[in-house]
Amino acid sequence: MNVGFDLVANVVVAGMLTGLVYGLMALGLSVIFGVVRVVNFAHGEMMTIAMFAATALFSAWGVDPFLAVFPIAIAFFIVGYALQATLINPFITRPEHTQFMLLVAVAIILVNVLLMLFGPNARNVQVDYQLESIEIGPVLIDVARLYAAGTALACAAALFAFFRFSLTGKAIRACADNHLGARVVGLNVKRLYAFTFGLGAACVAVAGCMMVLLVDVTPVLGPYYTLLAFVIVIVGGLGSMTGALLGGVLIGMSEAVAGLFVTPSAKSMVSFALLIVVLLFRPQGLLGRSTR
Amino acid sequence: MNDKPSPLTAARSTRRSFLTGVGAAAIVSSSSLMRGAWAQAARLKVGVLLPKSGVQAFFGQSCQFGADVAPAVIKSMLGVDIELMNADTESNVDTARSRAERLISEGAHVLTGPFDSGAAQAIAQVAEQRGVPFMINIAAAPQITEQGYRFTFRNFPTSVDLVRNGLALIRDVFQATRTAPRTAVFMHVNDTFGEANRKAIQAILPKLDYLPFKIVETIAYDPAAKDLTVEVARAKASKADFLLLVCRLNDSIILRREMVKQRWNPMGIIGPGNPGMYEKQYYTALGKLSEYSISNVPWYNPKADLTKAVDAQMKKQFPKERLMFHALNVGFTFEAVMVVADAYRRAKSANPKALAEAIRRTNLDKRMMLGGPIRFNAKGQVEGINSAAIQNLNMRPTVVLPANAAEAKPIFPMPGYGRA
Repeated sequence: MNVGFDLVANVVVAGMLTGLVYGLMALGLSVIFGVVRVVNFAHGEMMTIAMFAATALFSAWGVDPFLAVFPIAIAFFIVGYALQATLINPFITRPEHTQFMLLVAVAIILVNVLLMLFGPNARNVQVDYQLESIEIGPVLIDVARLYAAGTALACAAALFAFFRFSLTGKAIRACADNHLGARVVGLNVKRLYAFTFGLGAACVAVAGCMMVLLVDVTPVLGPYYTLLAFVIVIVGGLGSMTGALLGGVLIGMSEAVAGLFVTPSAKSMVSFALLIVVLLFRPQGLLGRSTR
Repeated sequence: MNDKPSPLTAARSTRRSFLTGVGAAAIVSSSSLMRGAWAQAARLKVGVLLPKSGVQAFFGQSCQFGADVAPAVIKSMLGVDIELMNADTESNVDTARSRAERLISEGAHVLTGPFDSGAAQAIAQVAEQRGVPFMINIAAAPQITEQGYRFTFRNFPTSVDLVRNGLALIRDVFQATRTAPRTAVFMHVNDTFGEANRKAIQAILPKLDYLPFKIVETIAYDPAAKDLTVEVARAKASKADFLLLVCRLNDSIILRREMVKQRWNPMGIIGPGNPGMYEKQYYTALGKLSEYSISNVPWYNPKADLTKAVDAQMKKQFPKERLMFHALNVGFTFEAVMVVADAYRRAKSANPKALAEAIRRTNLDKRMMLGGPIRFNAKGQVEGINSAAIQNLNMRPTVVLPANAAEAKPIFPMPGYGRA
């Protein structure tokens, strides 16, 4: 096979754009873990629900996924808040394996509820621009992928700004840095945890609405995305928001390039190889803080 | 008046009652035994294993229509009562194995299914261990009937036959359209079916001097792939004249969309013997983009009496479905149930060995699918099943070759799309 510059450029750009959406998905996981210190094993399943919600809104009322983002993200924030406040908060102080079992149970229930509601068939949305592409020099860019990546970047930027400049964001960071100190100064830690879980859920809702433009959704996608989100946050650094975005882009690009130079059917092998390398040489992840 | 019976009378009465009761019980029990024996002879329990969820869900659900219409059609045709015992393999080989075990434990006399070569291999092993006949509806990997199994039968072409028929039809398409593409890019799924097809194509194609093209690039991909950007980019970069595609369903939809996004418009897309591009979901998901794809696959004979009977029953049971969109799946699944029902009628027994022996001696001239009579060779394989070239025209699968069964002429190269 002749691998020319055009081909490499096209594949790398496509991988990078997909990686940004992956990054937004992982960002939700990273935010939740970074603050609440609970690993959300139902993360991929939550994204699948967002994807199904986007397809349902589209098929019922023709709502474009870019518009569907708003109601779905708000609904996810509320559900995430309620989930943390009612179900997860009581488990915060319990051993990690009970938290693990709780969220795995939630994940299994979500997959099966989706199967009951939507059946096993793949669903998608058919927006006007879905098959369009734009040409920039030798690179042909899929318009839907470009819009999805742009939205993912905008959402990530908004989240960064929220944590950096808003009072609530600063309070959440304080909780993440020093749980006891936050309580001493009078912060309502449990409410802030619930708020954070809501934010993480809203992130994953936006990622789901964007992802549905790129792939068809089935209920069984959930565990795959949960695993992918874990790989990304571990590569980028658990709890690091920038690391999650970077990890997403790295995984997206490495899969694309591996598909080109090795064999497409072994794409995901490369992301796991990358994970092993990171775990061996930088266990805290590329942008994670060392715990020692 | 004293109505109370004397102890003697009572005793006599009891004795008489007892004897009467014993006699009646003997008659009832013998008649119930007879009924039981009759029931065993008149009702065949068919375990139907299909992938009704997971990545192959659409195929499994499509095949299920063929199984569901079979009892009514076969009852009127052969007078055999059939009880279907349905199981979902979940598109998973291990699940297929465990479901087969369970169906046998629950009393299935015979197994059929499972649309997938990997699952068929697993079920064949179970059937062999448990000594229960297994009638494959759809699965093409040659090795399934090369293991010397005594209880496994297949009324579906092997991938070698599928590919041989499919490649011959490609030649016919080129001749009919007076075209001669020089190069092809070969893309295939990397599951058991896809790999069997790859091996068959690589073995057969070099020996066929009547085909004008050579394969310039081979690209394997995961049938559960969610994104085929890289694969299509590679295929496009090969600059091949046409795409030779061994696909499933969801991947074929993703791939077709990606071709449009990447503005890749080869002369055509031809499947040499695989599902995907003639399925209802392909038309529903792709709309006009589904047009002109060609699939060289076994197909039903629209003029056969059996086809008409199945079509009528399908309209009755599933008014929203149309046979043409489930043709291969319904046809071979129906025929699988028909073969075991016919064997059961001749064997007059649900004994597995007797059933297997009767299946082996099957000789059914009247069938639904194109090809010769259903007869099994020593390996349990039916030979002489024909393929037809099916092209998507006007949003429906249309027979374009062989000429004697054609509903329209093939269109190749396919017209360019708006942005292509």
